[in-house]
Amino acid sequence: MKTFRIGGVHPAENKFSAGKKIQQAEIPKMVAIPLAHYIGNPSEAIVKKGDLVKVGQMIGQANGFVSANVHASVSGKVNKIDVQLDASGYKRPAVFIDVDGDEWLDTIDRSTVVKRECNLTKEEIIKKVQDAGIVGLGGATFPAHVKLSPPPGKKAEVLIINAVECEPYLTCDHQLMLEHGEEILVGVSILMKALEVEKAIIGIENNKPDAISHLKQLATAFKSITIEPLKVQYPQGGEKQLIDAVIRRQVPSGRIPVEVGAVVFNVGTTYAVYEAVQKNKPMFERVMTITGKDAPNPSNYRVRLGTYLSHVVEQAGGVPEGTGKIIGGGPMMGRSLMNLNIPMAKGSAGVLYMRDEEAVRRPVQNCIRCSKCVSVCPMGLEPYLLMAQSERNMWPEMETDRVMDCIECGSCSYTCPSNRPLLDYIRYGKATVGGIIRNRNAK
Amino acid sequence: MEKLIISPAPHIHGGDSVSKNMTGVIIALVPALLASLYFFGLGALIVTVTAIVACVLFEYLIQRFLIKGEKTILDGSAALTGLLLAFNLPSNLPVWMILIGALVAIGVAKMSFGGLGNNPFNPALVGRVFLLISFPVEMTTWPVVEPFSMSYLDAATGATVLSLLNEGSSAIPSAKDMFLGNMPGSLGEVSAVALLIGLVYMLIRKIITWHIPVSIFVTVIVFSGILYLVDPATYISPLVHLLTGGLMLGAIFMATDYVTSPMNPKGMWIYGVGIGVLTVVIRTWGAYPEGVSFAILIMNGFTPLINFYVKPKRFGEKVK
Amino acid sequence: MNLVLISLITLGVIGSVAAVILYVVAKKFHVFEDPRIDEVEEALPAANCGGCGFPGCRGFADACVKSDELGDLFCPVGGNDTMKKVAEILGKVAVAKAPTVAVVRCNGTCEHRPHNNEYDGVKHCFIAHNLYSGETNCSWGCLGFGDCELSCEFDAIKVNPITKIPEVDEDKCTSCGACVRACPKLLIELRKKGPKGRRVYVNCRNEDKGHITRKACEVGCIGCAKCQKVCPHEAITITNSLAFIHDDKCKLCRECVIVCPTNAITDVNFPAPKKKKEEAIVN
Repeated sequence: MKTFRIGGVHPAENKFSAGKKIQQAEIPKMVAIPLAHYIGNPSEAIVKKGDLVKVGQMIGQANGFVSANVHASVSGKVNKIDVQLDASGYKRPAVFIDVDGDEWLDTIDRSTVVKRECNLTKEEIIKKVQDAGIVGLGGATFPAHVKLSPPPGKKAEVLIINAVECEPYLTCDHQLMLEHGEEILVGVSILMKALEVEKAIIGIENNKPDAISHLKQLATAFKSITIEPLKVQYPQGGEKQLIDAVIRRQVPSGRIPVEVGAVVFNVGTTYAVYEAVQKNKPMFERVMTITGKDAPNPSNYRVRLGTYLSHVVEQAGGVPEGTGKIIGGGPMMGRSLMNLNIPMAKGSAGVLYMRDEEAVRRPVQNCIRCSKCVSVCPMGLEPYLLMAQSERNMWPEMETDRVMDCIECGSCSYTCPSNRPLLDYIRYGKATVGGIIRNRNAK
Repeated sequence: MEKLIISPAPHIHGGDSVSKNMTGVIIALVPALLASLYFFGLGALIVTVTAIVACVLFEYLIQRFLIKGEKTILDGSAALTGLLLAFNLPSNLPVWMILIGALVAIGVAKMSFGGLGNNPFNPALVGRVFLLISFPVEMTTWPVVEPFSMSYLDAATGATVLSLLNEGSSAIPSAKDMFLGNMPGSLGEVSAVALLIGLVYMLIRKIITWHIPVSIFVTVIVFSGILYLVDPATYISPLVHLLTGGLMLGAIFMATDYVTSPMNPKGMWIYGVGIGVLTVVIRTWGAYPEGVSFAILIMNGFTPLINFYVKPKRFGEKVK
Repeated sequence: MNLVLISLITLGVIGSVAAVILYVVAKKFHVFEDPRIDEVEEALPAANCGGCGFPGCRGFADACVKSDELGDLFCPVGGNDTMKKVAEILGKVAVAKAPTVAVVRCNGTCEHRPHNNEYDGVKHCFIAHNLYSGETNCSWGCLGFGDCELSCEFDAIKVNPITKIPEVDEDKCTSCGACVRACPKLLIELRKKGPKGRRVYVNCRNEDKGHITRKACEVGCIGCAKCQKVCPHEAITITNSLAFIHDDKCKLCRECVIVCPTNAITDVNFPAPKKKKEEAIVN
């Protein structure tokens, strides 16, 4: 069984919500649709207070190439455009809409029939994906149309679909594959057409045997799509790790995957691409997992963008007693949330409750130089060294020791027997060194 | 729910801890301890208990009165140092010498550098080498094996295999006796089989990786094997090298000490090869019949250099 | 006798060979350095803080000697006196600068700005800032983990354990600017020390709109522009709902302090507070 070749850990999977049918979350009274993205410039609002909008109508225009359009997820009246605390932990611009009914744009095909034929050209597909505001749903929310347009001179050879879902607890991709396997495969063939590649591989960790067999069965009808079961190992969902696991090529430091001939899309993104291209449905909802050890009802919901998390959480039975921390996303790379009055964004894969005793970090001890961080680092870095350098502000040394390669997967902090905050310091160093490099390049 | 806790990712921890690792090593040492209790009886018990108690006590006293730092005696590292120190001593060593050894190990080699994690040299070995140089006679007269012996200071003594060979004698025990540990020696080092059981345990629990012990074994076998092939009359056979003296104990428990060994597989290989070569060199041409402790301490000194120059295999570096 | 002779000769030969080698090497690899660099360095405070923008005092001395004008070169630690000395040594003219001091522009104490979450990462401002906006509702204010305190070479800035806001010891502060660079929230500014240390400044950096600032902090600047209107010297500008007092125009009349509805403008080192201030709150 394949997996990536350097480092890796295996946290307890705790996939409580596995096999729970995706439910449609109720539409709230008001939504706050974030205009800012995790990466790239915030979109510019193109509606104003008092405007009436329909579901699917564009309300935010992409600002620059690495940015994405934003669409209304509900129909109603724009209440205001103001800042709103979001999952990033900062107040950023959002469009507030008072909901009135559920009126969709006429162009959107709401039937559930799977539409398999796609006669569009490459350019038309990319245009549709870009218009629909599709971003990567794996976490980094990188605009999909950018990935579909590789830099000149670079040509993708193989499309890799990330269906790994290596984060513990989360099951939204898993459930999506079980319920919409065929749509996903159509999405894959659309992406193959857009990238002009002959081969696509779907990488799935073998803790999802039902999804593997389901997709394998469906894939017989599609030529040149293969399913690759992978050994469970975190962070296999990392783009570079997945490429290494599936096609045994390692992306060199500072390069992008297409330079080794691979383009990676998340399985959720693939589904969104299908909806955008075949059904004219822009990205205004996604599947998210509500889970946790004490969660009254671990479940998967399809939620409209901009819905306050508190609204979704209530439908799933509310926050359990003794919750000390709430995480947006998975436990390894997710962000802890200040409260639940945070709108759901395109990158929100889940809400995870942590008990009080799990939430607090254990006391930090001396580094005993056990080298476990070095052996688990999937990028072959030396976290103990980078942390020490970061504490002492040794930026040039950090750059030579390749801090910029860090993918912030958290394997080092997860493993450290002395509970040292390795990744905290490495992020600090990475941010500072990144700034230094940008300044140098600007000169 | 009053105030939520915010912290950077990752939000879960694997549950590994310093004390778990230290206890793991101590458990791995239990077979060897049982073997030494069998072979050396009461003496082994007295030496072991004294060394452990002394190390823990000294660490406590130093942290309490001298550096006033955080108390770390419960993490098991001091007890482990004591146990390893005892394993490196003959079972008829007087208590006061053990106390001096423990003081040097904990006070000089460990706490003066800032405690666990900061010591450049293996504390137990520093203690042992200090005793070896200060009290050469007491440290090199080993009691002969006598199952469940009740004698301590008055035990009958004999020479180890290596010193016999060093003096030109050829009356050495059979391979089976050497493997089981039925020969004179420091109390923990004699039984190769018990130490190997410990190694297997540590590998299964993933406390250490295989690189250091294996690289030491391979180097010793290859290097001494070449010498043996050149002239079997002058040089000791690889098997004797492997099974006698402190090699097993050193390679499995002393060289693999977290703090003083290199941080990545490539470095570990260099370190292990260095130890293997130095051990054979000291044993063959040096004044001392045994050289594992010196070899390990010398390579401990090289560890920072190895860490500086030898980097792990980075992701995306040329792969075949 | 022979032995003595042999040792004498051997040692003598070794000695002379070494001497020759040393001489040759010293000549060959001699680096000429302007002796004035040493003199200037002597005159500098030897704090090596980097406040001048050069790597250490020697770097600064080197720059002083090499440049034609002392114009932009200034040692914030030594101040005008040191620069005068340097100018004398080099025969150049020093430009006098008004003494400045580090000012922390946040008054969001625990009392004024309630905490609504608990940070459990590394207690380091930059790391917390990188993660999220902070333990309070205000995304602009002080995090209180003391990066500035760590950066200060002169022990002049300390986080008050009760208010969790750093305080500057004006006598010790040399305005080297290390804390200014260390603060991820850009709260610290070097301001004119002012006559008798009297200063007026806006004690806030919050650029959110007024209603958001209000909710987050009792003493935040809400950008109401009252101070701007009342200022007779046009020293106050408002950008992004945040007032800023330009210290080169401010005449320390303190009209703005009185009108500010949220007490966001602070005056320091003035004699006993006037009664007007309390009246202003009543209004």
